[in-house]
Amino acid sequence: MSTTALFIAVFLACAVEAVEATTIVLAAGTTRDWRSALAGVLCGLGVLAVIVAVLGPAVSRIPLQSLRLVVGGLLLVFGLQWLRKAILRASGYKALHDESEIFARQVHAAAQAPAGRRGVVSDWYAFTLSFKGVVLEGLEVVFITLTFGSNQHDIPLAASAAVSAVVLIAIIGFVIRAPLARVPENTMKFVVGVMLTGFGVFWGVEGAGGKWPGSDAALLVLVPAIAGYALMIVAVLRRRGSGQTHAAVAKERGSIA
Amino acid sequence: MISRLRAFAAFWYDFVIGDDWRVAVGIVVALAVTYGVSRSSLASWWIVPVAVLILLPYSLWRATARK
Repeated sequence: MSTTALFIAVFLACAVEAVEATTIVLAAGTTRDWRSALAGVLCGLGVLAVIVAVLGPAVSRIPLQSLRLVVGGLLLVFGLQWLRKAILRASGYKALHDESEIFARQVHAAAQAPAGRRGVVSDWYAFTLSFKGVVLEGLEVVFITLTFGSNQHDIPLAASAAVSAVVLIAIIGFVIRAPLARVPENTMKFVVGVMLTGFGVFWGVEGAGGKWPGSDAALLVLVPAIAGYALMIVAVLRRRGSGQTHAAVAKERGSIA
Repeated sequence: MISRLRAFAAFWYDFVIGDDWRVAVGIVVALAVTYGVSRSSLASWWIVPVAVLILLPYSLWRATARK
């Protein structure tokens, strides 16, 4: 796989997660207390750094074949999960991911929560909300970065793609101080789901001992084929569910991840 | 303590497996079959892609049938 493809795959996946984390931190900061929210971000990043420091070298020591089998399998299951949700959203069976709506919901919850100080943290709610947002979304960033980086023996490149995405989104979020609703998040999630699934299939098969016809060039067929198949399923589901779409979406609103 | 362990396990289950455990089981089976077939002289690369071709619409069909 070329370094460009590795960079794009990790960058897009991490950008999507960063948008979600930024929405949560913005809600905590604007509604409650910026200092506590940013303390939560720093602590969350610290936890993620420890996880990377522990898992990174450990993952690098696993023999490539075993690594590709385990990581490819995990990535495939994980990617199919993304793709499944993306298809459900694109076909109208699941509400589209709406950062403005999620932001409004978080703001409402933050406004209702009682204020409370713990130790040096002046607003415990803002701290924990930011901390959880960064750690939970960041875990996906760590997972994607380590799996892609270790499989391609280029963790630094994967890490630089992840950091670029997170820093870019964080700067945009900090500048506009509003949910990043204009980021085409649903399209990006669809693309990321396709890429995770494609690379998961490729590495999983290699790890299980299979040999791809054309070696790495098989990815150039695999990823577009999965994209085409997913789009075909979207078209079929749209046609099948056109009568019940609005009811399903209305029911889903308020409970999307 | 047990409830925290349970919550920890539930988090990782949701993180990796997600909404449909059948997909994860199907992938594990497909990889195991690939491993088995790759020990022989037969081509095994097609098994996982075929599993994806079947598992994805099957899982979506189950999800949309409930709506």
